[in-house]
Amino acid sequence: MTYIRPAFRHPDLPRNDLGFTRKDYEGAISTLCAGCGHDSISAAIVQACFELSIAPHKVAKLSGIGCSSKTPTYFLGNSHGFNSVHGRMPSVATGANLANRDLIYVGVSGDGDTASIGMGQFTHAVRRNLNMMYVVENNGCYGLTKGQDSATADIGSASKKGEPNHFEPIDLASIALQLGATFVARSFSGDREQLVPLIKAAISHRGFAFIDVISPCVTFNNNPKSTKGYEHVRDHLAATGTVDFVPFKQEISTEYEAGQSKEVTLHDGSVVHLHKADPELDIHSRRSALRLIKDYKAKDQILTGLLFMDEDSQDLHEILGTSKTPLRDLGVAELCPGQKVLDKLNESLR
Amino acid sequence: MKRIEAVNDFVIKFANVNGTGSASANNMFAKSLFRMGLPISPKNIFPSNIQGLPTWYEVRVNEKGYLGRRGGVDMMVCMNPQSMAKDIQEVESGGYFFYDSSKPLDLRMMRSDIHFIGVPLKDLCQREYTDARQQQLFKNIIYVGALSALLDIEFDVLTGLVSDQFRGKEKLITPNVRALEIGYHYAIEHYKCPLGIRVERRDAVGDQILIDGNTAASLGAIYGGATVAAWYPITPSTSVVDGFDKYCKRLRIDPGSGSKNYAIVQAEDELAAIGMVIGASWNGARAFTATSGPGISLMSEFLGLAYFAEIPTVLIDVQRAGPSTGMPTRTQQSDVLACAYASHGDTKHVLLFPSTPRDCFEMTAQAFDLAETLQTPVIMLTDLDLGMNDTMSPPLVWDDTREYERGKVFNEAQLEAMTERFGRYLDVDGDGIPYRTYPGTHPTKGAFFTRGTSRDEYAVYTEDGDAYEKNMQRLLTKWDTAKNLVPMPELIEASKGGTSVGVIHFGTSRDATLEAVDSLAAEGIAVDTLRIKGFPFHKSVDAFIEQHDTVFVVDQNRDAQMRTLLVNECLVSPRDLISILNYNGTPISARKIREEIIAVLRGDNVRPLHKKKMAKESV
Repeated sequence: MTYIRPAFRHPDLPRNDLGFTRKDYEGAISTLCAGCGHDSISAAIVQACFELSIAPHKVAKLSGIGCSSKTPTYFLGNSHGFNSVHGRMPSVATGANLANRDLIYVGVSGDGDTASIGMGQFTHAVRRNLNMMYVVENNGCYGLTKGQDSATADIGSASKKGEPNHFEPIDLASIALQLGATFVARSFSGDREQLVPLIKAAISHRGFAFIDVISPCVTFNNNPKSTKGYEHVRDHLAATGTVDFVPFKQEISTEYEAGQSKEVTLHDGSVVHLHKADPELDIHSRRSALRLIKDYKAKDQILTGLLFMDEDSQDLHEILGTSKTPLRDLGVAELCPGQKVLDKLNESLR
Repeated sequence: MKRIEAVNDFVIKFANVNGTGSASANNMFAKSLFRMGLPISPKNIFPSNIQGLPTWYEVRVNEKGYLGRRGGVDMMVCMNPQSMAKDIQEVESGGYFFYDSSKPLDLRMMRSDIHFIGVPLKDLCQREYTDARQQQLFKNIIYVGALSALLDIEFDVLTGLVSDQFRGKEKLITPNVRALEIGYHYAIEHYKCPLGIRVERRDAVGDQILIDGNTAASLGAIYGGATVAAWYPITPSTSVVDGFDKYCKRLRIDPGSGSKNYAIVQAEDELAAIGMVIGASWNGARAFTATSGPGISLMSEFLGLAYFAEIPTVLIDVQRAGPSTGMPTRTQQSDVLACAYASHGDTKHVLLFPSTPRDCFEMTAQAFDLAETLQTPVIMLTDLDLGMNDTMSPPLVWDDTREYERGKVFNEAQLEAMTERFGRYLDVDGDGIPYRTYPGTHPTKGAFFTRGTSRDEYAVYTEDGDAYEKNMQRLLTKWDTAKNLVPMPELIEASKGGTSVGVIHFGTSRDATLEAVDSLAAEGIAVDTLRIKGFPFHKSVDAFIEQHDTVFVVDQNRDAQMRTLLVNECLVSPRDLISILNYNGTPISARKIREEIIAVLRGDNVRPLHKKKMAKESV
């Protein structure tokens, strides 16, 4: 574990469109175990936000409790963060989003925080199509309490303690698909090439963007009998294809093979380009995604990559019909009807 | 036979079947008396049921303006055979029993000391209407018509109410007025009208209005600038958010764009509801939720977070009866302690205690100012009695020059000008209240990490014991600041300088307490009263207890929760406070308070009377 980060900044560090360097998106030094998958995800979030040229303070980071939920301290140090209570990040994120629709909401949770104690809140945030990116850092175990199985552990998978899990695993990506998430992806903390563009697409997507990231726990669940360890995941990885995220301002320059590629234009004009590895995948079909997840699992493979998106959905604000001005910016003039209205009301109550 | 004779001072109770449309007829009855200038206090006594079970509506008329529950029934309007046997028993001797005489009464139920007034409602309806639903609905209007003759209610007032009720649906006015006339004529032709109890027009209402506390609270939320309401349906708080929704649709839609200057989310449970409120408040919106006892239990974890992380939170608790599910449609004040100390660890919360709908309006609006000023949860503790019953109240008023007190929040310019490091939990002003920033304010300054874990003054995680203690001490400093910000207690002295007997009351015990004190005064027993309106307690609460030899505390719960809170938070001995308790689910009555005070003052029981004398003896 590193304790000190040098204050020195190379003057020639690359800058993004807003003039920020990658360092401006970093957070405090991680206190997680060396080699933890979660730190790779934090780095991917930093990279994605830097490349997207997001003003760091326009992001709000939210999390629950657990190893994964600690990570918002370790990225985007110039953003407000909220480490709430166990399993309840979705409700806090919902409230925050209602107050100010103009910020970007990044939620980070774990498999315990989402698939067990927070299952109820997670499913309802999905249903509401809350405009946020929701990342689950999925390691199949409870790290902070020393390695108990979580609800995403596969049957037969054994953690460091050696006892195989007997209970049916919850597949969060499938649940998100079934409950109407409008962007669903799965990735692996060790596959930065895949993860960074997925995060960029998820942040740019309007609506609930869910990414289930398998993120090995090096201390408690990285042994040969675990299906969430580095070795097993690397050996069983399959991908729906490669994703390129092209911002609105850029021209698409890469050439893609015909028939195997799919372009999706987001509401802000940016383009998600999927170069499909499996022609069976229909990126606009939940059924296709659900079937493929099952098919690959039957072949003992973990299907990663972009699974589904619906770029034209209405998010919670649009469904509710709330004002375009963030609610928190409204003042007495807009909010308080005044005594004259009360006079009439009083009269009607006599 | 004795006959109760009373003008403008009686209790009439309607026994109905839930879901038969009796509520609007009963409301019309009550409102007609109100429009005749008479103070009334109608109370719904209803089951946790949608259709079929017995439900009652009790109206007290009192021209002196006493609004508390009196106890006893002078006239029963019996429309429910299921509860008839018990309803007959409830009538005071010399009272009146109004029933549907289409079928003869069971002779075993007859009482020789009350007056039976039969009107063949069913027969009259069948003669007049062919449709079954109409027969059902108009039966209710017919008995109101009959009562107008029996009690001398001005018929014009009733027809005026019908016109108001069906404005826009004029077709319905004539048949309703016709139904009133059928009842009226039957009563006039068959009984000597009016009865011994009757009404006469007075000017005893002034400019007061008739509104339930929950509706008033919802208006308070609108006037107080709430933009986010997150909730989970629960009796008896549901009508708070229903009211917010109803009035927002009228008052909060932007006329140009048609978009809403508010958001309401029905959450998946109470945990999520309070979580959304906390998230919205953290992000700078005024947000609230409304719930009842079971919801408080579920919200407790989040309340601890809001206390410790110092996030404004407004919560309206409409209390109902009992632990667990209890009696969900009955009233109590039994969440006092659960709210005062909600959540694990050292926590305590600011409470507000409304007694009238106007209080509900004002305190809800004030709760937002207090929560943002103090950066902490503020819980308004109302109850089913006040929340769900139409209650006479002074009109709602709003000072149009009033600005919202948003508390200590640094804006972009202030952050830009700042040269020192921003400390989210630094006590800059010495009042225990730090400065906060909203997310998204400044590109490089003012960001901090909100957490339920311990942290230092700069919001950085720490498990350093000294830093923890310092923070908890600062929260106590803030608590002291709150003592002078919550509404002051209301003292009413029997005479200048006060007497030796004092009664402390709060919330919906007010009306019954003040009436009891008046009746004691008529017997030569002078009693001072103190109404607690907020928690933490102002120092005048301590002083009141100190200055009186005998102090009663009126609590509508079994465990004397306000008394416990007083013992906990003030420098008083438990033996200084004598409890008057009521927890059967119906509102406390003046009779009960009066009788308990008299019993203690006469020495009818063994509880200590003169605390100072006792203290001396024990020394």
